[in-house]
Amino acid sequence: MPWMSPLARIRDALAGQRARDKDLRNLVSNLPYEGLDKWKQPNRHFRNNGIKTTKYSVLFFIPMNLFEQFHRLANLYFVGLAILNFVPVVQAFEPEVALIPICVILALTAIKDAWEDFRRYKSDKKLNRLPCFVYSSKEKCFVEKRWKDVRVGDFVKVESNDIVPADLLLLYTSDPNGVCHIETANLDGETNLKQRRAVPGVCITVSNTDILLIIHAVIRTGCLGFSHPDLVLKQHLVYLKGHETKAMLNNNGPRYKRSRLERRLNIDVIFCILLLFTMCIIGSLGHYLWLESMPSVPLYLVPQTDGHLDTPSLSSFYKFFSMIILLQVLIPISLYVSIELVKIGQIYFITNDLDLYDEETDATIQCKALNITEDLGQIQYIFSDKTGTLTENKMVFRRCSIMGREYPHKENECVRRALKMYIYKIKILMFTKSLPPNQQETEVILDQKLLRQIRGTEKIDAYQDFFLALAICNTVVVSMATAKRLRVSARLTAEFQQTNQSNPLDTLSSLVRRAGSWTRLRAPITSETSANDLTTQGQSVNQTGGQTCSLHVPPQGTAPAVPAGKLCYEAESPDEAALVHTAKAYGFVLMSRTPDSVTVQLPSGAQLRFEVLDTLSFDSNRKRMSVLVRHPISKQCILYTKGADYAIMELLETPYGEKQQKAIASDTQQHLDCYAKEGLRTLCIAKKVLCDGEYESWAVQRQHALAAMDNREQLIMDSAVQIETNLCLLGATGVEDRLQDSVPDTVMTLREAGIQVWVLTGDKPETAVNIGYACRLLEQDDLVINMSCKRNSPCIPRYSEDPRNVDTTPDISLVIDGRTLTMLMSPDLRDRFVDLARHCRSVLCCRVTPLQKSEVVKLIREKLKVMTLAVGDGANDVNMIQAADIGVGISGQEGMQAVMASDFAISRFKHLKKLLLVHGHWCYSRLANMIIYFFYKNAANVNLLFWYQFFCGFTANAMIDHWLMIFFNLLFTSVPPIMFGIMDKDVSAEMLLGLPELYRTGQGKGEYSFFTFWISMLDAFYQSLVAFFIPYFTYRGSDIDIYAFGTPLNTISLFTILLHLSIEIKAWTIVHVFIILGSVTLYFIVTLAYGVRYLNYSGYWTLQAQMVDPMFYLVCLISTVIALLPRYLFHVLKNSITCSPIVEARHLDTLEPSTRDQWIKEWRSFRGRVQDKTSDVSSVSYADPKASLASLSYSSNGYIRSSDSNKTIGAL
Amino acid sequence: MQKKENQEVENRPDNTAFTQQRLPAWQPILSAGIVIPLFVLVGLAFIGIGVALFVTSRNLHVLEMDYTGVEKTSPCFSCSDPIKQKNCKCSLSFELDKLFEGPVFFYYGLTNYFQNQRAYGVSKDYNQLSGDLDYFTFFFSIVPDSTCKPYRYDVNNKPIVPCGSLANSMFNDTFNLYQMKNGVKEEVPLDGKGISWWTDYNIKYRNPSVNPLRNAFNGTVKPLYWSKPAYELDPTDTANNGFINQDFLVWMRRSALPNFRKLYRRITDGLPAGNYSLEISYNYPVIAFDGKKKVAFSNVSWMGGKNEFLGIAYLVIGSLCLVMSVVMLIIYHWRNSSPDAN
Repeated sequence: MPWMSPLARIRDALAGQRARDKDLRNLVSNLPYEGLDKWKQPNRHFRNNGIKTTKYSVLFFIPMNLFEQFHRLANLYFVGLAILNFVPVVQAFEPEVALIPICVILALTAIKDAWEDFRRYKSDKKLNRLPCFVYSSKEKCFVEKRWKDVRVGDFVKVESNDIVPADLLLLYTSDPNGVCHIETANLDGETNLKQRRAVPGVCITVSNTDILLIIHAVIRTGCLGFSHPDLVLKQHLVYLKGHETKAMLNNNGPRYKRSRLERRLNIDVIFCILLLFTMCIIGSLGHYLWLESMPSVPLYLVPQTDGHLDTPSLSSFYKFFSMIILLQVLIPISLYVSIELVKIGQIYFITNDLDLYDEETDATIQCKALNITEDLGQIQYIFSDKTGTLTENKMVFRRCSIMGREYPHKENECVRRALKMYIYKIKILMFTKSLPPNQQETEVILDQKLLRQIRGTEKIDAYQDFFLALAICNTVVVSMATAKRLRVSARLTAEFQQTNQSNPLDTLSSLVRRAGSWTRLRAPITSETSANDLTTQGQSVNQTGGQTCSLHVPPQGTAPAVPAGKLCYEAESPDEAALVHTAKAYGFVLMSRTPDSVTVQLPSGAQLRFEVLDTLSFDSNRKRMSVLVRHPISKQCILYTKGADYAIMELLETPYGEKQQKAIASDTQQHLDCYAKEGLRTLCIAKKVLCDGEYESWAVQRQHALAAMDNREQLIMDSAVQIETNLCLLGATGVEDRLQDSVPDTVMTLREAGIQVWVLTGDKPETAVNIGYACRLLEQDDLVINMSCKRNSPCIPRYSEDPRNVDTTPDISLVIDGRTLTMLMSPDLRDRFVDLARHCRSVLCCRVTPLQKSEVVKLIREKLKVMTLAVGDGANDVNMIQAADIGVGISGQEGMQAVMASDFAISRFKHLKKLLLVHGHWCYSRLANMIIYFFYKNAANVNLLFWYQFFCGFTANAMIDHWLMIFFNLLFTSVPPIMFGIMDKDVSAEMLLGLPELYRTGQGKGEYSFFTFWISMLDAFYQSLVAFFIPYFTYRGSDIDIYAFGTPLNTISLFTILLHLSIEIKAWTIVHVFIILGSVTLYFIVTLAYGVRYLNYSGYWTLQAQMVDPMFYLVCLISTVIALLPRYLFHVLKNSITCSPIVEARHLDTLEPSTRDQWIKEWRSFRGRVQDKTSDVSSVSYADPKASLASLSYSSNGYIRSSDSNKTIGAL
Repeated sequence: MQKKENQEVENRPDNTAFTQQRLPAWQPILSAGIVIPLFVLVGLAFIGIGVALFVTSRNLHVLEMDYTGVEKTSPCFSCSDPIKQKNCKCSLSFELDKLFEGPVFFYYGLTNYFQNQRAYGVSKDYNQLSGDLDYFTFFFSIVPDSTCKPYRYDVNNKPIVPCGSLANSMFNDTFNLYQMKNGVKEEVPLDGKGISWWTDYNIKYRNPSVNPLRNAFNGTVKPLYWSKPAYELDPTDTANNGFINQDFLVWMRRSALPNFRKLYRRITDGLPAGNYSLEISYNYPVIAFDGKKKVAFSNVSWMGGKNEFLGIAYLVIGSLCLVMSVVMLIIYHWRNSSPDAN
């Protein structure tokens, strides 16, 4: 690099800063400058594409990590104490020694951080090293470079199924229309393909060996023509790199959740601080009185350096601080680190559970939030999404109604049952490589009557229209079975998940960060050209809307006939896919889709190419979507609309006197109601023929809306609403969403566990209610209160005036409509709603928006002060997942958004059962007991020192060597509680699953409460009194020296603390035995070795001397026994006299498996008789959710009856 | 294809007993049925130990006498203010009605004396005491160790050896025991060897290897309260001087509690019944802190000196365990019969 004056460098740096900060970015192609020195490069100001997600650098690791760690208040406190050690008047023994614990803890945390960072570094490096093709003007071709070497202004070639290395501007695609499709699952979690167009106005000539850059690419970002859709793919100019990519910029830090246990823990830490201060004040006062009581200065009182003594008050003031240093262990310095370690261990076991592993998707549970495992054991309310969570979200076409006639597709039903066993074996779409997605599932058995109807007519009638609408009115992308979408990311993502898991304290953020550049490329969806012949064929392509400089006119409509069977559909929603497959089954095959046209093959074999004039995409306000096409034969403008029934029904044209239309509408409505009762998802299909003039004027408006700068969304929506009027109803479809495996069983179990399950769904009430029955959320005998009200009418549910008293009816279920819910959420009704909901066994909210979902969760969580869990799989559940105490995402069909927002990601709803009942219970009970034990342990140990103060003039002296005191907490007694917190098992997994009632023990206050905390603190005081005063009375008046006296005390304390834990341990494994014995051995080895090696040590040879004295053993034995006797007795009596469920379950656990199962059955039936009068239903096997759904759908009258006969509230 | 299969189950957790938390576990349930035998066993064992301890302790004899001289009737009353009375001597007479079997340990005791207080304990220089001559001399306020303050240098800035408060306050009363045999005082031989810890005498404390010892102390001064320098502590035995003087070692081992005894001498042959006279050279001041000075004669056993506390404690806890086992038995029967009754 040639010499540059420093001034020039600074100027250059400033210019770079300006260039980066500008809204408008001027980019110049790198090609002309290739090979020049770095400082001559026009784009040198921009950062390179290398990704760095690491927090630290090697050089500055220590200061940066320390800075990070000192953000924690606890650490600051401990460092403050360590500094206090160096204040001379405090007279600490060895200030250096006092630094050891804090150093060890800081070092442990630093090692953990360094390790995490190193893993991040490795994955970054891997990512940065991925190859990509960048055009080089020297080589005259695309050369392989690494991602990190891609610079702003480079031309990049991305091939089919590649991962996109940076934010790119799409200049050219091999597709004649300049279109490519990308998948952005790594960015936003959406798995559907998105279309991107090449930049209009850019023209590139591609020849065999060279690229002529016709436009000297000065590309401005932020101008309208370059809005988001154009940013990605194929052959591009790189315009944002590495850290500046959207994904990186959008990446916020992880959110920090605090578990309820941790909040309570912090309160107890404050109690400990108060206790410590009390003890220090007592010490300080004692010292004052001790000094005051002396008639004159004794020999043993050491004066200051200058020979005079401090006044008693000053000296006792100093002693206060000495006491704090002496007794500081009372505030458990290592507790926070231990809790983190325990949680890592707990998460290790959760993620390694085979029962939570899904074979089909090869996915284990992912724990994203690492500090709320114990909250899993305290859940009281579960808010569940329906579609994709309770159900599979794999849509199967079941019935349809066309022009008021119903086609029930009965054969469909029979075959489906036969196929059932096979279907469950089918791999899920996402990870399948050999099986075409959904092939078996979407095989529609045709309704013969309907088939005859279609075949019978040649003219385009309503039937044809119906199926055309099914085929056209969607956003399904057609791809070839041969050029199928490769889940490139699947492996990589899995790898990252793994990294993420095995890197437990790492956060979600790294996944997101990395996902940044992982936008996956998708092959172009044309049959004419393959992606690879781009450079070799040497074609120049006319870009849509651009000036033509084309050498090659893309062939149109000359696609070779592709066997329809090989087509592969990729849809945004499973409903769409199901409908397209249905259309295909009836002969209306969607052949291809480009932005401008849709090709459909008719049953006759003819192919029609519809020109697509516009697509009015789906939004949740309109609840419908439309496609505006020009019929190739009649040249008519036709609008096909499909949407939710109520969204369509209100827009139907009101024909004057045309009775037939009305009849069709009412018949269809009837069918729709019927479908809904069966639990089918309904959609209405409608069409509208526009005259040209009408279209022209609308199109102008539409263009305005699209071009608008402000309020664009609203204008676009308004324009859509404008044209979607006076529709002509074609028919309706019923699509089934099957229940997931063992959902009813899971719901039942969760309920028995005392968890209220709410279902919040966007579906119709009828559909929701039926799913509710199917998954046993609602029972036949329930009193179902259906709250719905007419639009805009004031609605005040007066349940309190209901003749039946809500409190006396055991099983009330509430079904609420979205609109009603809005009113119930108003401030004046809120409390009453919550009050009512609390009495309900289950609540179903239908037609709720994502925002409402989160509002409901928040309301319940805040008003009832309960632990809530929200589970969902789609983007519409993200709000709810974030609002709840625990968010669980189901990695299913609807992409990754829910998973990314969640704390735990599971693959099936049924996993929730084991996650909560077993792991939740264990995690909570383990951690709660561990924390209590930790407080106890420190208090018991420190109190010994406190009692000693009464015998050493409150001079803050210790009878145990300082090093040994530190080792005591750091080495001898630290591992057992951590192991206890990771591995203890109060009840076996089988029992927890068999007896869901056991889960109730963790709800509410659970094992860690004010009461248990203080009991254990009192126990600590008692034990320390025993451990101190038994040796005191034994050695009183003798010639024992200070450390010889401290040794039995320390030993007793160790034995008491470890045996206390042994009493608490519920299940002993070899690991427990090893660690407990190991701790004792370590104590003796370290103390003995220490006594030999250290000549300076005042307690030289002390333990050795004690160990040859039989009195030592006798004192230790009796003190330990007396200290532990009360707790031991308490446990024995508790286990013998009381019969808490946990104790009973533990008794059962010891039985033989067969007898145990017998017992469980008896227990459950006994409890069932008392609690659940419908327990007899539970004998019905629901292994086949399909059958259960069917059987329940017949009894759907039951629902009507019950809701009719019972009081229907609302609309008063 | 093989590879693909492997890939597909890549994330499958290992099916081991450890990861699936299925390690064979022993799940003891503490309930009445199980603990009854345990309580019985513990109870019996404790009663056994208790009896042994109690009996042993009963067979030990201890004679303790206060010689502070606070009361006017006390023989040492005149000496109780040692500031006024230098080199005061007093004698204490006592009578033994039966034989004290040997070896008898002869202790001196102090009460209300806080050897265990913090600043006092650290006030010494280990390097000095381990015989390192570098720490004997003044060296730019680095040696002797600053923990010795204010007993580090004398007014002339000469280093004090041994420095520090602990050494400075060494107990300096001396005792001679005489048996009165037919009106004749017969001195009882006191054995001062091996009364300190073996490790203190042989390893921890060392004299500088200078012969004669006094040369090592050139340029230093004795502690303020001492009447003799360290190398002249025992005029009778030259080997018992300096930092390995037995009395010095005993003193330097700080007592754990404020009321303590320290071993003074051993009487190997025991004390036959009869009249004795203990001559005390009374030097050590204790009035300043309301302290008491005592002497004690005691014989020892495997359990050390006489102490009935531990024996009683074992007996009480042992009996308690037996009572508990009976209670447990009742509970056990009640529990076992009540479900059947239902």
